[in-house]
Amino acid sequence: MMECCYIKEVVKGFFSLCTGMRVTMGNVFTRPATVQWPRESAPLPDRFRGHIMMLADDATGYPKCIACTSCARNCPSQCIIVTGKKPEGAKKKMADRFELDFTKCSLCGLCVEICPVGALDFSRDYALASYTRNDFTTMDLLQELGSPF
Amino acid sequence: MNRPIQPTYTLDKVGEENFALNLGPQHPGTHGVLRVVLHMDGEYILQADPVLGYGHRMQEKIAENMTYPQALPYVCRMDYLGALSYNLAWVLAVEKLCQFEVPERAEAIRVIATELNRISSHLLWWGAFLLDLGGFTPFLQALTDRERILDILEEVTGSRLTYCYFRFGGLPSDVDEAWLTRVLDFIKEFRDRLPRYHDLVTGNVIFHHRSKDVGVILPFDAAGYGLSGPILRGSGINFDVRKHEPYSGYDRYDFEVPVDQNGDCLGRYNVRMAEIEQSLRIIEQAISAIPEGPVRSKVPKLIKAPEGEVAVAVETPRGQLVIYIVSEGGKKPYRVKYRVPSFANLSIFAKMAKGQLLADALAILGSLDMVIPEVDR
Ligand code: SF4
Ligand code: SF4
Repeated sequence: MMECCYIKEVVKGFFSLCTGMRVTMGNVFTRPATVQWPRESAPLPDRFRGHIMMLADDATGYPKCIACTSCARNCPSQCIIVTGKKPEGAKKKMADRFELDFTKCSLCGLCVEICPVGALDFSRDYALASYTRNDFTTMDLLQELGSPF
Repeated sequence: MNRPIQPTYTLDKVGEENFALNLGPQHPGTHGVLRVVLHMDGEYILQADPVLGYGHRMQEKIAENMTYPQALPYVCRMDYLGALSYNLAWVLAVEKLCQFEVPERAEAIRVIATELNRISSHLLWWGAFLLDLGGFTPFLQALTDRERILDILEEVTGSRLTYCYFRFGGLPSDVDEAWLTRVLDFIKEFRDRLPRYHDLVTGNVIFHHRSKDVGVILPFDAAGYGLSGPILRGSGINFDVRKHEPYSGYDRYDFEVPVDQNGDCLGRYNVRMAEIEQSLRIIEQAISAIPEGPVRSKVPKLIKAPEGEVAVAVETPRGQLVIYIVSEGGKKPYRVKYRVPSFANLSIFAKMAKGQLLADALAILGSLDMVIPEVDR
């Protein structure tokens, strides 16, 4: 009796293994689920969150930021430093310094949402690497934009 | 009772058979920085002492020093696998405190996103649990499907793991028809793929030997230790916050709460697998009945909460999360308390591991589905 049960177990086990193996073998002939980075890369969705970046005013090419500092005040990690002054003859202030400490940033997007003039947006930069930490602790977001100062 | 954390053996007492074993803090089976000091007799465990706190980040204190919106990204980082449930709990708590309205469309989208997140969490658990038991194929299978959920969620939330999508009064952005169709397509394909999961594992004899009657939790203990989620339901107690204290319009959907009477690892496994199917059902209903309209109601830009206190319970993939906020008025909460499910769920591990084989203890730990940063928070 005992032996009969044992053999039954073995046969049952063998069949359950075969079922499992069938699933595994089925995958041999499917398309790979991975992409071979860096030769190819996966598509980025529109709402992808890279580090934040400053948008330029279409007309002037200067940063849109009016240095109201609400982004800096609302950032949970206090990683934005922004100062501004009035360019000569202008009515509004403009940022002359906008630094992001990306090592602290949690990419929450509160700064992007709070900005009254829509000056901030997420970039699509994800392949970030550097030899020095300073490249990220003080990222100058105004670097690539024009400046009236 | 204060049990010593360090093993009490002295060198002369340590024999060939009796020894202390450190499981973790960096053991793949503990799924995070959890350390368990195991007092062993050969292969058997005499006593297990979990040592917590390696990932303690003072989440409650951080929330008390932040304004309500500022705390949002922090809350989601407690449970990195079920971030949207945490996100949801925080916004629900503040909405209740400040009496903000939430449009119905926003509620439906919240449910869809949270349930997708629940499935992805259960899938990762499925893979990791079987990896603990020594099977590698399931892990890859689960990750393939999970990846597709992450893609879908990334499209609306912008992130793949630590989502921060819900806002007070609704959502920051609407979803479009194409996204909803994509979710439906995923559900259809995933339904086709689910039988594979069962072929691969559920019917497997080796899996049964490893999980059946291992780590049995009696209903009495399950309730006494304050367990929740699939672990509680795996012990035969029918409790699900979504059903019994519905929030976000869960009462509008028709779904079952899977319960298993066995209380062993297999029981918990079955509950989670059935839960995946129920989540699919909920998403389908939510999409088919999604109302048109705005996704965010009018809320002030500067949120000042009135004086008072609120508690909100949410069913996360791991169990019941309660967020309790005391407000003295003003921009910041006075006191925040998180009652996290994994912390309570881990508390029973010491009792269950006693007298078990080491390999079984790992199976038990795997079946509890721990997220250690959530335990430590
Ligand atoms: S994304 Fe969040 S953490 Fe990063 S700078 Fe903006 S507000 Fe600060
Ligand atoms: S919120 Fe916008 S306008 Fe104000 S300082 Fe920040 S980037 Fe500039």
